[in-house]
Amino acid sequence: MTKLTELTITAALLGLKTKQFSAAELVADHSAAIIASRSLNAFITETLDSAAERAKISDQKYAAGTAGVLEGIPLGYKDLFCTKGVLTTAASHILDGFKPPYDSTVTARLDAAGSVMMGKLNLDEFAMGSSNETSFYNAVTNPWRRRSDPNTPLVPGGSSGGSASAVTAEMVMGATGTDTGGSIRQPAAFCGLVGFKPSYGRCSRWGVVAFASSLDQAGPMTRSVADAALMFEVMAGFDPLDSTSANLPVPDTRAAVASTDLKGVKIGVPKEYRIDGTNPEIIAMWEEGVRWAKAAGAKILEVTLPHTKYALPTYYVIAPAEASANLARYDGVRYGLRVPAASLDEQYEATRAAGFGAEVKRRILIGTYVLSAGYYDAYYRKAQQVRNLITRDFTEAFTKVDLLLTPTAPSSAFAIGDKTMDAVTMYLNDVFTVPASLAGLPAISIPAKLDSAGLPLGLQLIGRAFDDAMVIRGAAVLEKSAGFTHRPHSIAG
Amino acid sequence: MSLESAMAIAAEPQDLIEGATGKWEIVIGLEVHAQVLSQSKLFSASATAFGAEPNSQVSLVDAAFPGMLPVINRFCVEQAARTGLGIKGKVNPVSVFDRKNYFYADLPQGYQISQFTQPIVTGGEIILDLPEGQSKTIGVTRLHLEQDAGKSSHDLHATKTFVDLNRSGIALMEIVSEPELRSPEEAAAYLRKLRSILRYLGTCDGNMEEGSLRCDANVSVRKPGGEFGTRCEIKNVNSIRFVSQAIQYEARRQIEILEAGGTINQETRLYDSARGETRAMRSKEDAHDYRYFNDPDLLPLELEPGWIESLKSALPELPDARSDRYVHDYGLSPYDARVLAAEQEFSAYYEAALTSGATVQRDPKIVANWMTSEVFAVLNRLNLEISQSPISAAHLGELVDLISDGTISGKIAKEVFQAVIDGEGSPREIVESRGLRQVSDSGAIEAAIDSILAANPDKVAEFKSGKDKLFGFFVGQAMKATAGKANPAMLNDLLKKKLT
Repeated sequence: MTKLTELTITAALLGLKTKQFSAAELVADHSAAIIASRSLNAFITETLDSAAERAKISDQKYAAGTAGVLEGIPLGYKDLFCTKGVLTTAASHILDGFKPPYDSTVTARLDAAGSVMMGKLNLDEFAMGSSNETSFYNAVTNPWRRRSDPNTPLVPGGSSGGSASAVTAEMVMGATGTDTGGSIRQPAAFCGLVGFKPSYGRCSRWGVVAFASSLDQAGPMTRSVADAALMFEVMAGFDPLDSTSANLPVPDTRAAVASTDLKGVKIGVPKEYRIDGTNPEIIAMWEEGVRWAKAAGAKILEVTLPHTKYALPTYYVIAPAEASANLARYDGVRYGLRVPAASLDEQYEATRAAGFGAEVKRRILIGTYVLSAGYYDAYYRKAQQVRNLITRDFTEAFTKVDLLLTPTAPSSAFAIGDKTMDAVTMYLNDVFTVPASLAGLPAISIPAKLDSAGLPLGLQLIGRAFDDAMVIRGAAVLEKSAGFTHRPHSIAG
Repeated sequence: MSLESAMAIAAEPQDLIEGATGKWEIVIGLEVHAQVLSQSKLFSASATAFGAEPNSQVSLVDAAFPGMLPVINRFCVEQAARTGLGIKGKVNPVSVFDRKNYFYADLPQGYQISQFTQPIVTGGEIILDLPEGQSKTIGVTRLHLEQDAGKSSHDLHATKTFVDLNRSGIALMEIVSEPELRSPEEAAAYLRKLRSILRYLGTCDGNMEEGSLRCDANVSVRKPGGEFGTRCEIKNVNSIRFVSQAIQYEARRQIEILEAGGTINQETRLYDSARGETRAMRSKEDAHDYRYFNDPDLLPLELEPGWIESLKSALPELPDARSDRYVHDYGLSPYDARVLAAEQEFSAYYEAALTSGATVQRDPKIVANWMTSEVFAVLNRLNLEISQSPISAAHLGELVDLISDGTISGKIAKEVFQAVIDGEGSPREIVESRGLRQVSDSGAIEAAIDSILAANPDKVAEFKSGKDKLFGFFVGQAMKATAGKANPAMLNDLLKKKLT
């Protein structure tokens, strides 16, 4: 019999409903998997005892016929989501000992739907990173290894690296991530998962530790498109506590998930994403994706997004600028770390020097610089203008097509320590994911195939703002075409 | 209003300051922070009551906990829009909130949410009521909404600072004037009128002692009509009197420096009311770089033109309109009209005294005279607010009625007024109990006159031979005989008849 930890959420819900196993058993098996895979360092905080208690309630609810849509499903929450009474760190030393007296809207909705929180997942500090190596709680390891080099640990991508690693290693059935410039999609691609960044405004940001407010968006990371859709429908929805939350009904994605073809769907292939020097394996995977889409009945068109090349520098002005203000509240006065000193200014300096890691400091410095008198016009204002042009590129393209198909990341997972010395190389990882973030568009990464090293590669679909259902439809069909069933050796073995 | 037109505004000759090198003109612009009268804060549901236990009115948003987000308070927006309309400004259909970044222990977010380039209100004016019925119109540059910070107390402990976040996040309106004020008196008049408008609108209680109205003054000096000089900003002055004093001191300080050949450093200064002087706080070089940018947690604030119109049509009558009405409809002097309209409580009292319990139309001028002379004198003497007046508006009206219908004379009325103040009852009751009713019975008055004329034949003879002044003597005697209650007009008429 299949292990319970291998099941998708969809399959597990059926098993629970039909009493093939109990929520207690499901949660117990996942607890065991979490303990067995601690070497991956995917969790910052495990909540296995409360999870076991919660599972008992789930079983009672199944017995009483009052089960929620995700009743009894073991999930992990990226440690950027505030959880009432449970340590919430943002993977930063500066939030030492911080236990919020509140739950984020998104995790509260998941909790209310009956899911079982197994713990808080590791990430890049304040979600700033693409490899999960900037965490104060140390790097997370990708369960995947290169076939030829199985002893070299690889990064899971980032910033939602703990989420990706935990779902891949079957420690949880799904996880929340957040995506600011690719932080859901890129780790999903590196780990062979589905990672969905909904339209900006779909999921409330209330109670999610802010990185860059105009870009941050929560989303699910799962092992199937159907699971992602299921989690998305619970996580999304208008929240009056978030002024940027969209007051729109959550789309019903069932038809999209069940789609078997793309007849009548026009898919654009943006020519600017064919960057010189891109790994040929990535290009080949992309071309294969285009063939799958065509075979499924989609009409393929080449489209142009002329300002694509400015997206990365634009992002690395806007995101740090917002972050420099968002992180000002970590001052040692009210919560978290405080390094006492003789004067207020010295206390700020000592606390923030000790509390923030190098990458966070770098971005605060960049952000402070680009907003400074004399530099604002050249950097921040210009970046906002370019951001509008990038958004306009997409709006124009979406008059011709329904979806855009691109690779998710320019490479497969790389070795831990490989790129930590060079920030710009690291930033280049986001080249395909950042434009959709700047435009606030829904985008998903699905696993397409393995590269020659035996590592997963992801395909990205981008949709019109708030046409999240179309993105899920495209992903559901291409998922079937790809038939990606590979699992890392460590898990499959 | 442009800088040139502000520069073209000249001081009244008496407002120029005489220096060693000639006359100087003071140039003043005021920034007023007015706390919005509202039950809850600008971006959170916390209460705003003054004087609560420290840190008892603080939400997770106000304390800037991780992941907390601001949500605009609709009522505060309405209050700011109404204020903008009240000062004849333009309420902008789109305005934007920005983050103003700086570190301080009582600023939990590390930034203040404010409005920088796109305020909710642009333009406006305040009409100053100057002595002798003069007025002057001062332009308002803008009004914007922003959050207040918390309060740091450095003097409660030897080494520690205590922070109270009750004020953190309370809505403020920053109202900025053009640099068109030219004397400490004009600055005071500006603040008085602005405060009066805010109170009429109910958008700010105007209480400077509790800090709900605070003023920063930008002060510079120039030779009359010359280029503007370098300005200094005097921060957070908390009474109108201190604003005047601080400006006066600061202008003299700058003149002394300039006349000694020095230059003014652009800086922020504090007013020390105990010593009556301003002191440097920080120079321009030390000024914060606030790194303003649009707050990405808040969408642009969009106001429906129809909603703005509906606010405008529902505005109450404001002080200028009210004093105009008093002049045109009631025939009051501009001075009296302004005095009565200056405070909502004054005009409420005045209008109640005009109408309360009235069966006939009361003369608005007589009521106004009684109020501005007798009532205000009593309030001053007893140091009372109009709301605590020992004579009610209805009683003042009754008193005026008693004069108008001839029941008592103006002279007797003063006696009755005092008795009301002393708590003896209503004017009518006092007139009855003290028997002060005026004698308007011609027979009684005639009898009194006859006996006086009979008793003083020599004086009658003198009068008839041309000594007109003796007429007063006869009036006085007749009044005495009637214990002051004779109707003075009747007495005069009858006496004239008898003596011719």
